[in-house]
Amino acid sequence: MSKNPTDKARREFLSGATLVLGGVGASFAAIPFLSAFKPSAKAKAIGAPVEANLKGIEPGQRIIVQWRGKPVWIVRRTTEQIEALSSFDNKTLQDPDSNASDQPDFAKNAWRSKDSEFLVLVGICTHLGCSPNFFPGMDNKSMGADWKGGFYCPCHGSKFDLAGRVYAGVPAPANMPVPPYKFLSEDKILIGELDGESA
Amino acid sequence: MNAIAKNAKNLVGWIDQRFPLMSIWNEHIAQYYAPKNFNIWYYFGIFSMVMFVNQILTGIWLTMNYKPSAIDAFSSVEYIMRDVDWGWLIRYMHSTGASFFFIVIYLHMFRALMYGSYKKPRELIWILGMFLYLTLMAEAFFGYILPWGQMSYWGAQVIISLFGAIPFVGESLQTLIMGDYVVSDATLNRFFSLHVIALPFAIAGLVLLHILALHEVGSNNPDGIEIKNHKDADGKPLDGIPFHPYYTSKDFVGIVVFLMIFAAVIFFAPEMGGYFLEHNNFIPANPMQTPEHIAPVWYFTPFYSILRANTVNFFWIPAKLWGVIFMGFAVMIFFLLPWLDRSPVRSMRYKGWISRTALGIFVISFLILGYLGALPPTPARTIVAQIFTVIYFLFFLLMPVYTSIDKTKKVPDRVTTNAH
Repeated sequence: MSKNPTDKARREFLSGATLVLGGVGASFAAIPFLSAFKPSAKAKAIGAPVEANLKGIEPGQRIIVQWRGKPVWIVRRTTEQIEALSSFDNKTLQDPDSNASDQPDFAKNAWRSKDSEFLVLVGICTHLGCSPNFFPGMDNKSMGADWKGGFYCPCHGSKFDLAGRVYAGVPAPANMPVPPYKFLSEDKILIGELDGESA
Repeated sequence: MNAIAKNAKNLVGWIDQRFPLMSIWNEHIAQYYAPKNFNIWYYFGIFSMVMFVNQILTGIWLTMNYKPSAIDAFSSVEYIMRDVDWGWLIRYMHSTGASFFFIVIYLHMFRALMYGSYKKPRELIWILGMFLYLTLMAEAFFGYILPWGQMSYWGAQVIISLFGAIPFVGESLQTLIMGDYVVSDATLNRFFSLHVIALPFAIAGLVLLHILALHEVGSNNPDGIEIKNHKDADGKPLDGIPFHPYYTSKDFVGIVVFLMIFAAVIFFAPEMGGYFLEHNNFIPANPMQTPEHIAPVWYFTPFYSILRANTVNFFWIPAKLWGVIFMGFAVMIFFLLPWLDRSPVRSMRYKGWISRTALGIFVISFLILGYLGALPPTPARTIVAQIFTVIYFLFFLLMPVYTSIDKTKKVPDRVTTNAH
């Protein structure tokens, strides 16, 4: 046993200093482990634009292409379907003017596309990420009186019109996003890039 | 024989000088005094341990043939089912085991609700049990992704999107969980890691804590009477019997019956009509197309119903976020049970008619929400789900009121049991 009395202040200082320094070290050591949760460089690199051919799409038909791992829909709307888009009363849709939704500037209109005939949408419901089903029929009574054709999400019952605008009173909070795209020629589009950008 | 017995005794003595073998055995098994009036509801703790062992064992064998990659996962599960000798049995033991695990856990929890097992001084046992339940839910969720079928993929998509509803950080959190911008190979691979390493360890540790806490305060019983209040001259509870050999032998009989039922389901109804293994999960994952109808596995459906029941925006918070908040509360509110129950008695046997009715209505609403959660939503079903969501929460929120005004019966001094 030492003759000296215990120096409590010294012990407290040493434990405090060890705790602080150890804590700082542990925090720095945690960085690589947390960062490893982020998307890898390879995942970030897969984002190249994809080309789609509009030639074979009949009026009223939809094709699905994959862009950044997500389904992108291209719908060729019929004339009646295009006309119906501007005939909603202002209570049916949550955001008919697309003020709170995600789309390129050229698509901030009633048909939410560059060419009113072709709708290009990221086919992911803004609620919880399911891919809604395509119901082009305009007189589908089971969808409700104000139904004019569109998309129905099987997961939680959200409804969207043929411009991807969300109906009121469904769980989805926003219109479906329109991806950036540009026309390469009359019947070829490039999804993932706007006019004036280059690949 | 005598020589063998002598050698065994010597070996135990040798170990005991180096490790507290006999004292652990005595404290937790041979001289752990459990109330003598346990009934059939006291089987489900040991059954969940049996299921945990089943999941670990079959899981180790499944991992030997399973491939956690988006390209190989689905076909490797089919390979196990068709080409590996007895692979189908091991896989069905694991998949049926998951559902049985939840069945026995829900019955175990119902037992606690019925006999007030969460009440003082057993609050920590209940809280540790709730952590076990949460970990088990995460474990089951990660496990369901692994076969990489349509339900695996879209179920993961929906559940991970729940985090996206959190304001400000939601979207980056979602990316952090998936390790990609969509549910992908990276997501599958990390969920595999969590499913086979991280969470099983957490569950094992929590089981240990759960049992240590239980053995510290002693088991509750159907009468809700503290058996430690009446002890004999040796300090042993008069209403207690040693866990071994009495309850070990009783549990063995129960386990045999339980495994018979378990085996019957494995052999004759492993998919349980789409409730244990959903039909759509026999289609490989397709990120381009959600199936016509998706629903989680049965043990999550009550909470899924509550999520879907939120269709109205109010207080400037969108319905989507309310759904997530209410679903979270629906699970977490169980934690508060020890403090919500103000009744002076523990067991339903001595509580009044209000508490009994409340528990009955709660069980019914839990079952109805569970049933609705497995069905596609219609406007009428959504309204029913909304009504039962309200009832679900009222059971908890009104509990401090109805448990304090409810007339209770006098609790006897000693446990009531018929001699066998």
